[in-house]
Amino acid sequence: MSEPIKRVSIIVSKGSLDGVYPGLIMANGALMEGIEVMMFFTFFGLDAIIEKTMDKIKVATVGNPAMRMPGGLPMPTLLGAIPGMSAFASSMMMKEMENLDIPPVSEFLEMIHDGGGEIYACKAAMDMFHLGEKDLWEGVDSILTVGDFYEKSAGAQIIFT
Amino acid sequence: MSVVEMAGVSVEVDAEGFMVDHTQWNEDIARELAKTVGIDELNDKHFQVLNFMRKEFEEKGTGPSLRKLKNESGVNTKELYALFPKGPAKKAALIAGIAKPVGCI
Repeated sequence: MSEPIKRVSIIVSKGSLDGVYPGLIMANGALMEGIEVMMFFTFFGLDAIIEKTMDKIKVATVGNPAMRMPGGLPMPTLLGAIPGMSAFASSMMMKEMENLDIPPVSEFLEMIHDGGGEIYACKAAMDMFHLGEKDLWEGVDSILTVGDFYEKSAGAQIIFT
Repeated sequence: MSVVEMAGVSVEVDAEGFMVDHTQWNEDIARELAKTVGIDELNDKHFQVLNFMRKEFEEKGTGPSLRKLKNESGVNTKELYALFPKGPAKKAALIAGIAKPVGCI
C-alpha cells in the first residue's frame, strides 16, 4: 500500500458558499482521519474567517450555471438577479446542509480549530482589503505571507479550492 | 469477516475491525476493542461517549456525526480528540461496537 497522507494544507480562495464549504468539509474530514490540517484563507475566501461575514456566506444565483430551483429546473439568470434571491437560495441550501449535520461556518471552524487544525489568513489579501487582525475571527492562528505559507506547508499535500 | 475471541466471547468483526452484531457488546469487549485502535484504558468519559453513540445507533440505525457528538454527548470537540486520538467518530464507533459512521462530518 502507498504511504498514507499525513498533513494537508487547504487553500480557500473563494467567498461563496460553494467556495468555502468544500474546504471546511475536507479539513474536518482529514482531522477525523488523523491527518494534520492547516487552512489558508486568501482573496474572497477571507470572508469565511472575518467575524462580520463568516456566517453570512452566500451561494451565487447569477453566473452559476449549475444553480437549480426547488424541483430541479435550472434557474434562469434573470431570476437569479432578483434582489434577495441569493439570500433565499442560500438559506434553502443551509437548511439542506443542516439536515446533513453540516454546521454554520463559525461552528465548523471551531470544530476544526478544536480538533487541532491550524487556521491562517493571507497577508496580501488582508492588505488588499484593508483588513487587520481585529477583523478576524478569534480562532485564526496568524496572518501569513506566501513564504510563511510554504514553510508551514512542509511535508503537506497542498489543496487549492 | 472474521471471528475473534474477546473477553471470553466469540465476536464477529469486519475487515476493518468493526463489530458485526452490536448486541454482543459489553464493557469488557469495549476494552478489548479499544486496544485494537491503540487506546489502552477506558475511563468514565470514554464510556459517556460510547453509551451516547450506542443510544444514537439503536434509535437511528447509524452512528452520530462528530458535530452531533460534540453538541449532544456532553463531551466537547477538544476532549473527543483527546479521548479518541486521530479519529474521534470512527474510533469511538468501533469501540462502541456499532457500524462505521457513514456521514462526512
